[in-house]
Amino acid sequence: MPEAELARRIRRRTLSMIRKAHSSHIGGAFSMAEVLATLYSGILRIDPVRPHWPERDRLILSKGHACAALYVVLAERGFFPREWLDEFYQDGGRLAGHAAHHGVPGVEASTGALGHGLSIACGMALAATRDERPYRVFAVLSDGECDEGSTWEAAMFAAHHRLDRLVAIVDYNKIQSLGRVEEVLNLEPFANKWRSFGWTVREEDGHDTDRLKETLSQIPFERDRPSCLIAHTIKGRGVSFMEDRLLWHYRSPDDGEFEQAVQELERN
Amino acid sequence: MRTAFFNALMELAELNPDIFLVVGDLGFGVVEPFARRFPQRFVNTGVAEQNMSGIAAGLALSGKTVFTYSIANFPTLRCLEQIRNDICYHSANVKIVAVGGGFSYGSLGMSHHATEDLAIMRVLPEMMVVAPGDPMEAARATAAVAAHPSPCYLRLGRAGEPIIHQGPIEFSLGKAITVRDGDDVTLISTGAMLPVAIDVAEELPWQTRVLSMHTLKPLDEDAIVRAARETGGIFTLEEHSVIGGLGGAVAEILAESGELSIPFKRLGLPPVFSSHVGTQDYLRMRYGLAAADITRTIRTTMERRRLQSVPARNGA
Repeated sequence: MPEAELARRIRRRTLSMIRKAHSSHIGGAFSMAEVLATLYSGILRIDPVRPHWPERDRLILSKGHACAALYVVLAERGFFPREWLDEFYQDGGRLAGHAAHHGVPGVEASTGALGHGLSIACGMALAATRDERPYRVFAVLSDGECDEGSTWEAAMFAAHHRLDRLVAIVDYNKIQSLGRVEEVLNLEPFANKWRSFGWTVREEDGHDTDRLKETLSQIPFERDRPSCLIAHTIKGRGVSFMEDRLLWHYRSPDDGEFEQAVQELERN
Repeated sequence: MRTAFFNALMELAELNPDIFLVVGDLGFGVVEPFARRFPQRFVNTGVAEQNMSGIAAGLALSGKTVFTYSIANFPTLRCLEQIRNDICYHSANVKIVAVGGGFSYGSLGMSHHATEDLAIMRVLPEMMVVAPGDPMEAARATAAVAAHPSPCYLRLGRAGEPIIHQGPIEFSLGKAITVRDGDDVTLISTGAMLPVAIDVAEELPWQTRVLSMHTLKPLDEDAIVRAARETGGIFTLEEHSVIGGLGGAVAEILAESGELSIPFKRLGLPPVFSSHVGTQDYLRMRYGLAAADITRTIRTTMERRRLQSVPARNGA
């Protein structure tokens, strides 16, 4: 399946899940659809039949609030049945509203509190390095969680220990919980922050699957350094009235919005 | 206890190639032998306890047995959410080691007084809580938590505490050690209060049972209920707030056991910040935790109850 088609499926199914759940965070799930689609279409060395295969690449979704999209891509790749997606947020269901690993094959770590994922990923990458194993560890971060000091503790650590098996991908959709990143707590010069912490940084259009694929095929970007991909994205990407709007960090679509979103996603 | 811990850890690491030591830039003069002997299994994360704990979780999820190490409240309270979410929720095989329990670093001031750590670690699901009473227990506890494949908090005192146990001990997690037996009254001690408990037992005019409750969670309920049935009073001793630590835990057991007919008192620190300046011994004295104060409190409590119980018995 082409990455763009997988991304479309991620959005389409995520829309239904969030609609049914009356839950939030559709904007941040849509902004990383192409990133996840690209990772799970040949970049990650994984085997859905053996979710605990020791040599697998690990992916930590540090922005755990956007987990609906992760659950969809895992189901699409066959880690668990698609029917499980209907249980997202539901009483007695398997899939919680923030990424949870208990009983969910393919979810490496439970997240939801921001600023945790990169440290866990560092520990995994350190284990790979010290054990001289080839697997890589990917952490998908939100821009908002780069406000957390712990993110930068981990960033410093990764470079100091030359963890070139570690990849941080920041879904830089430029909107955080209460407003635009530049208004809440400006991250710029963002790429230079990562560079000055010792990472090799690439910046790409986070919705261009060809560019993402090419860039992510070049990991590590530089030997002995951790790799950072800043994916410039649009919050709510794919549905016109959700794009670049803070409201869709919170809102769940009503009937009319749902129908319109479905139509737009089918057209794309 | 610090020395006993590191000696035990070195021995364990020789046998178990998965043991990692992750420190938050503390342990001058004590971590170096491990770092030299096992450079591939030693990590200094710098002064970054949140990252230290997250990295420990990541290492543990990759198959390692990880000891994090720092002093006072730094490896616990500073990174509490990483402990809760990353370590406990994942049942990660991480042992959190704090040196400086209670007032061990008394003179360093409030920031270095670890006086609520037991309560806070105890409430976390999955977390085992261990506070050995002397260096011998510390060594055994180190080996025991290393063999227990889930999160543990190991609260140590400082360096140079006296060895209390004469000869080998039977140590198993969750089982109190009866240091002295007796039927009149029971002292239950956790952590570095054990020598004080022994001094108190010497002073009291009764046959005093002394339990070293080195494991606070899971708690040895049997030993507590037996003490309630077999002896005439229970007193808990801890260098920790009376809220939520050993005293609170024992009170919970007693309240639900139906064995409340005997005197019971929690001897620990009031839930206040200490602004007094002084050594561990001085601060213990200020808060009534010196052996003489404890002895007096126990005698008063026991004698008051004896007086109260006389008319009750006559009335019946």
